[in-house]
Amino acid sequence: MAERAIFPLQARGVSITLGGHAALCAVSFSIEAGRRAMVLGANGAGKSVLLRVLHGLLVPSSGEIAWGGDGTRPREQAMVFQRPVMLRRPALANIAYALAVNGVAEPERSRRARAAIERVGLGHIGRRQARVLSGGEQQRVALARAWALKPRALFLDEPTASLDPAAATEVERVIAEIHAAGTTIVLTTHNLGFARRVADEILFLHQGRLTEQTAATQFFSHPQSPEAGAFLKAELP
Amino acid sequence: MGEILSSFGLALRLIGSGDAELWHIVVLSLEVSLAAAILACAIGLPLGAAVAVGRFPGRRATIVTLNALLGLPSVVVGLVVYLLLSRAGPLGSLGILFTPGAIVVAQTLLVLPMVAALARQFVEDDWREYEEQLTSLGVSRPRAVPTLLWDGRYSLLTVALAGFGRAASEVGAVMIVGGNIDGVTRVMTTAIALETSKGDLPLALALGIVLVFVVLTLNAAVDAIRQWSVLRHG
Repeated sequence: MAERAIFPLQARGVSITLGGHAALCAVSFSIEAGRRAMVLGANGAGKSVLLRVLHGLLVPSSGEIAWGGDGTRPREQAMVFQRPVMLRRPALANIAYALAVNGVAEPERSRRARAAIERVGLGHIGRRQARVLSGGEQQRVALARAWALKPRALFLDEPTASLDPAAATEVERVIAEIHAAGTTIVLTTHNLGFARRVADEILFLHQGRLTEQTAATQFFSHPQSPEAGAFLKAELP
Repeated sequence: MGEILSSFGLALRLIGSGDAELWHIVVLSLEVSLAAAILACAIGLPLGAAVAVGRFPGRRATIVTLNALLGLPSVVVGLVVYLLLSRAGPLGSLGILFTPGAIVVAQTLLVLPMVAALARQFVEDDWREYEEQLTSLGVSRPRAVPTLLWDGRYSLLTVALAGFGRAASEVGAVMIVGGNIDGVTRVMTTAIALETSKGDLPLALALGIVLVFVVLTLNAAVDAIRQWSVLRHG
C-alpha cells in the first residue's frame, strides 16, 4: 500500500486567539519531508501554541493547516511535550499503552514497545514505575512512546529544557536517530547550540508573527529579520 | 460511674470470649456493608469518572444531583427503599424487605453518591493533568475513562474503603428496611440502638468498640495506601 503524501506540511495564514490574546497572527510556512525545522523565539512568542496547532490539539481561529497539499491531519504524527505526562505504570507499559490505544495488537505491541525503549537506551528500566524516573529518563520514555507509534512527523516542545547537559545530549542523540529513520522533526527550543548543531531550517516567531523561515546555516550568520537579529545578539555572547 | 466501668469490663469480656451472638452480628454487618460498598463502587466509580471526563447534555445537572444526594438523610432513604420493597411497592415481588438484601439496597443507595462524588473529584484532577497528553496519543474521552480509573486506583481504593465505613455506620435506613430482626437483620448499629434502649449496656458497648475498631482500621488502611502510592508513584 502506497503511503499517502502528508508533506509538505503547510500553515496558511494561521491565527489563533487564546484568552483574548492573539497568540498567533497570520502565520504561513511550508515544511518539506525529512526536514528538521526548529522554531525559535522569546518566551511567549507563540512557539508552543504553534506546535499544538500543527499537532491538532488547538484549532486555529482562522487559516488552516494543510498536510500534503490539501490533506487533513494524518494519524502518523506525534508530539512530545515539554513536561510529558507519565501514566502510573511501568515505563514499558506506558509505551505499550500508546500502542494499544492506536490498535496495535499483541504480540506486535510488546515487541515494538521493547524495541522503542531499547532505542532510547532505557531497556534496563522498562519495569520501573515511570513517574519516579528522573526528568531526563521521563523525556526519553516519552520519546520512545512517540517513536513507537512510527510517526512520519514528530513535534517536540522544548525537549532539552530543564535537563542537565548529559541528559540533554542523550535526548539530542535520540532525536537524531528518529530523524535518521525518516521522521520529519519540528521542534521548539531555547538551546541555540542544539539548534545550530541540528536544525536544517529555522522558523523565527516574534509576538505571534513569523518573521522569517531561513536555512539554519544562513540564519545564525545572517538573520533576515531585525527581530531575529536582536534575539541572536541578546542570546549569543 | 461504677456501672459504666463494670459494663465496659463486661463488654471487653464479651469480645474476648468470642460470644456467638456478638460475632454473628459483627459478621453480618461486615458482609452486608461489603456487598453494598462493592455495588456502590461498581456503579459509582465509572459514573464519577464519566462525569469528570464527559461532555454530555445534563452533565452539570448530574453533578448537582450527586452533590445533593450526598446530604440525603439516611431515614428518608430508608423510607423510600421501604416503600419500593414493601408488598404493595413496585419491587415488592422480590420479597426482600426485612432481609439482609434490603439492607444492602439501602446502604448502596446511601454510599453511591459519596463514591461517585469523590471519584469525580479525583478523576477530574487527574484528567486536568492528562487531557492534553492522552488526546495527543489518540485517546478518545470514553477510552480515557478506564485509563483514569486505573491510574487513580490508589485514590479510588481509599474512596471504596470510605464507602465501606459509611455503609457499616448507617443506622436509620438499615433499621427501617431491615427491621432489626434478631439473628436475621440485626447489624452492629441497630443492635447498639436496641440494646442501649433495653439497658443491656455491655453488649451495646462491645458492639460499639468493634465498630469503632473497624472504622479506625479502615482509616489507617486509607492512610497507609496513600503513603505507599506516593512512595511508589511520586
